[in-house]
Amino acid sequence: MDLGFLLVQSLSGLASASSLFVIASGLTLVFGVTRIVNFAHGSFYMLGAYVAVTVVPWLLDFDRSPLLFFCGVLISAAVVGLLGVLMEILLLRRLYKVPELFQLLATFGVVLMVQDAVLWLWGPVEIPGPRAPGLRHGVEILGQRFPAYELFLICVGPAVLGLLWLLMHKTRFGILIRAATRDREMVGALGVNQALLFTGTLFLGAFLAGLGGALQIPRVSASSQMDLSIITEAFVVTVIGGMGSVPGAFLAAVLIGQLNSFGVLIFPKITLVLVFLLMAVVLVVKPWGLLGRPEPAAGRAALPEGVLAMPRFGVWEKAIAAVAVLATLAVPVFGDAYTVKVVTEVLIFALAAFSLNLLVGHGGIVSFGHAAYFGLGAYAAGLLVTKGGLPMEPALIAAPIAGAAFAALFGFFIVRLSGIYLAMLTLAFAQIAYAVCFQWVEVTGGDNGVVGVWPSPWARSREVFHYLVAICCILGIIGLRRVAYAPFGATLRAARDSEQRADAIGVDVRRHRWLAFTLAGGAAGLAGGLYAFSKGSIDPTLLSIPMSIDFLAMILLGGMQTVMGAVAGAAAFHTIKDFFMPLTDHWRFFLGASIIALVLIFPRGLSGAYGALRRRA
Amino acid sequence: MAGFTFTRRTALAAGTGLVAGLRPGMAPAQGAPIKIGELNSYSRMAAFAVPYRNAIQLAADAINQAGGVMGGRPLEFVFRDDGSTPGDAVRVAEDLLTREGCAFLAGTFLSNVGLAVSDFANQRKKLFLATEPLTDALTMAQGNRYTWRLRPGTYMQTRMVVEAARGKTAKRWAIVAPNYEYGQSAAANFKKLIGTAIPGAEIVAEQYPALGRVDAGATVGALAQARPDGIFNVLFGPDLTAFVREGNTRGLFERRLVLSLLTGEPEYMLPLGDECPDGWITTGYPWEQVEEASHKAFIAAYRARFNDTPRKGSVLGYVTAQVVASLLNKANSTETEALVDALADLPTQTIVGNVTMRGLDHQGTMGTWVGETVLRGRTGTMRNARYADGANYLFPEDEVRAARPRA
Repeated sequence: MDLGFLLVQSLSGLASASSLFVIASGLTLVFGVTRIVNFAHGSFYMLGAYVAVTVVPWLLDFDRSPLLFFCGVLISAAVVGLLGVLMEILLLRRLYKVPELFQLLATFGVVLMVQDAVLWLWGPVEIPGPRAPGLRHGVEILGQRFPAYELFLICVGPAVLGLLWLLMHKTRFGILIRAATRDREMVGALGVNQALLFTGTLFLGAFLAGLGGALQIPRVSASSQMDLSIITEAFVVTVIGGMGSVPGAFLAAVLIGQLNSFGVLIFPKITLVLVFLLMAVVLVVKPWGLLGRPEPAAGRAALPEGVLAMPRFGVWEKAIAAVAVLATLAVPVFGDAYTVKVVTEVLIFALAAFSLNLLVGHGGIVSFGHAAYFGLGAYAAGLLVTKGGLPMEPALIAAPIAGAAFAALFGFFIVRLSGIYLAMLTLAFAQIAYAVCFQWVEVTGGDNGVVGVWPSPWARSREVFHYLVAICCILGIIGLRRVAYAPFGATLRAARDSEQRADAIGVDVRRHRWLAFTLAGGAAGLAGGLYAFSKGSIDPTLLSIPMSIDFLAMILLGGMQTVMGAVAGAAAFHTIKDFFMPLTDHWRFFLGASIIALVLIFPRGLSGAYGALRRRA
Repeated sequence: MAGFTFTRRTALAAGTGLVAGLRPGMAPAQGAPIKIGELNSYSRMAAFAVPYRNAIQLAADAINQAGGVMGGRPLEFVFRDDGSTPGDAVRVAEDLLTREGCAFLAGTFLSNVGLAVSDFANQRKKLFLATEPLTDALTMAQGNRYTWRLRPGTYMQTRMVVEAARGKTAKRWAIVAPNYEYGQSAAANFKKLIGTAIPGAEIVAEQYPALGRVDAGATVGALAQARPDGIFNVLFGPDLTAFVREGNTRGLFERRLVLSLLTGEPEYMLPLGDECPDGWITTGYPWEQVEEASHKAFIAAYRARFNDTPRKGSVLGYVTAQVVASLLNKANSTETEALVDALADLPTQTIVGNVTMRGLDHQGTMGTWVGETVLRGRTGTMRNARYADGANYLFPEDEVRAARPRA
């Protein structure tokens, strides 16, 4: 390989790194100040591109000058920045008092709405932007041709880094951002107008995302799926760099850009998993990312999020639970065939969501990758039936074992971390598992998956299978509920509320968390196995990020502060989705709108609202 | 299609409207409609699926105006979004069969969704006419009695472009394909077939960027480094635009023969705009060059009703409805086994000519256009395009017998 090639390949990597950094820097700033895991950041990026492909050609009609092109890019970024402000004022501001995870759910609702809004406004066909005037050509570098525009992009990254440094160190706003990143409560206590600070940060963050999107238009066309492809990578960059650290994000982006550009030469299929492998390695070695600092609040007794009160069932609750169980069992008698199918699925999701809430609500272990164990359970069951030739019964026993085994393996590394880093490591492992299922075509069938995963003949009718699922899931939920009420559950909550104090009274925090992780993985695996048999097939979407987010949405919607909230959340989420899907092509918009409405009306989830009602009564 | 489409209601309203204003001399379709459950990725893949649905509606209305199916009953398609995941799709399929009372299923876009629905149909013993999924597994290794596929699959399309390259001299080939089943199996088919068209051809580089997130700079650099004589491209959609732009600027396509799947379809050609490369051998749909009368009538009707030009999806949609109508007329029953038996080797005269559902592997002989890309004005189209009849590109019979599971 000649030198020219290596140089040009490295420049390609730098150009990608630069674009990635611009986007990730906004994400890391917003997280640093507001602690919001802003899923909508990718949507801002997409909106930046769409606004730019609308505004820039219009400007270029006046005069094809580079100046107008870049004006158009900055205008687009500013428009997106204002949309960020809009989101902060209309939505996030109402949610600062509730657990931080709810803001995540709200931003997820925004993602769904923006996706369909973009389809509606700009149509489904992707829109290519104009090339930048004056930068259309290629430049000869050591005998290789390289796009001039990418040379320009390479300069943008360091320029943005420099400007951000100036902003952070030379302006009062920037100093406040840094202060809030270090210690938000203290900044508030010192009398800083937090609302204004947050609004300003959201503007800056959305502006950077929009800028990243607008700068891409000469290279890629604006399409309605670019939000999801960028958001995970932007998260990975911020986490590898250290959440809240702008220079860290720059370093991480350069690292990823270079690894990608040379990785494809050796492993042409590496792009699928490379960033997640890197993130897993970095987090295992450096738990706070490359340049991140331990979260300052970690040592302080903060108001814990999650299940606080553990009330026993009263008369009302017993009645509701009995009615729910009876209704579930009576569905095959009174409901039509399709209702049976839907209720079966709700039960499966309820078990998976309940197991996730054991981690999130009780253990304070926020998992962004719970679908991994759900999916691995499904794969274990599915592969045993189709490739192993076993009947359904042993396969259903293997499903929770597989889920638990992988949860134990991944959990061993995961429970060493905390907070957002832990969450991102769960995501990384989930993506690695996803990539293995996706890529190992001979065994897993690749992304086509494996079909023919049907129940044994005796359980093949909808009704019998429904009862099988009902028994497994209800028993599973009862079992997990007992675990939550047992001393083990109390220990988990103690470790969540104060790791040091729990440690001081002799609790082995890591081991308890590890056990909880394994147990939850097992329950999710069982749910996954049942799901595989209800669908007749397995494929990688079962352990994909959207699936994990669905589970999170379920527990948040239901209310993660209560023991039974996850069940209500699973039922509500699945019902809303099933209601809107047949109605319109734009069902994602309505699903997102419903989520946002529920978050605003019931900021503590459905069961939180029920709890408030009960206390008043 | 702009605005929120409440799919079923619009379909019904359009149907009744047209029946009310029927042409003289034709009896309107009467009685209970025959319902077909059509599930597709209307939300995720709207660029393909909406023109497809439009054409199905157009065809169904024309059929009903002309007297319907099975001796005068109206044909009704019930459209549903399949959620683009197998899990959602199987639930939707259940809904279509149980609550909507559809006679059988049709549609789907993604291969994994198509396979899951195919297996579901096999389990429930209901007919499934897969229209768009391209995976060869659907008719080969995982074929079953109840699943049939209309559109030419990956193998057939690859073979069409490879045969079009016969006689060329490019020996060193580079492959770029999205990293999922369609890309991988197109690449595998290409490796298998290129030697037959160009003796002594070898593969010198392969790139498999993740679907929807091609790192165009790195990919183009890696391909150019291998100094190939020819490139086989399977990228489409946003990936293709990014790849073509980067390749154009860096001169990747200069003096190189490029074979490309699907690029000539308006769905992918329109977004390329004036970046459309010159002289790529590709499959596609140059609608403005079609000569056949019935096809021209379809194009005129489509443009008049939807104020848009037809896409490849539209052709597929129209042919789907025509095949369904001919199937129902022949079977004269909505009973599954009768339908499946009727579908075997069923010939239908469609807007693209005769389409036969080969009984051996349940694959339709619908073809596609093969030609070279060319930029005319500000959009790309095809030159030297000809309709390649799918019947000439089917899997060899012995390969089918070896691959398909015994019934």
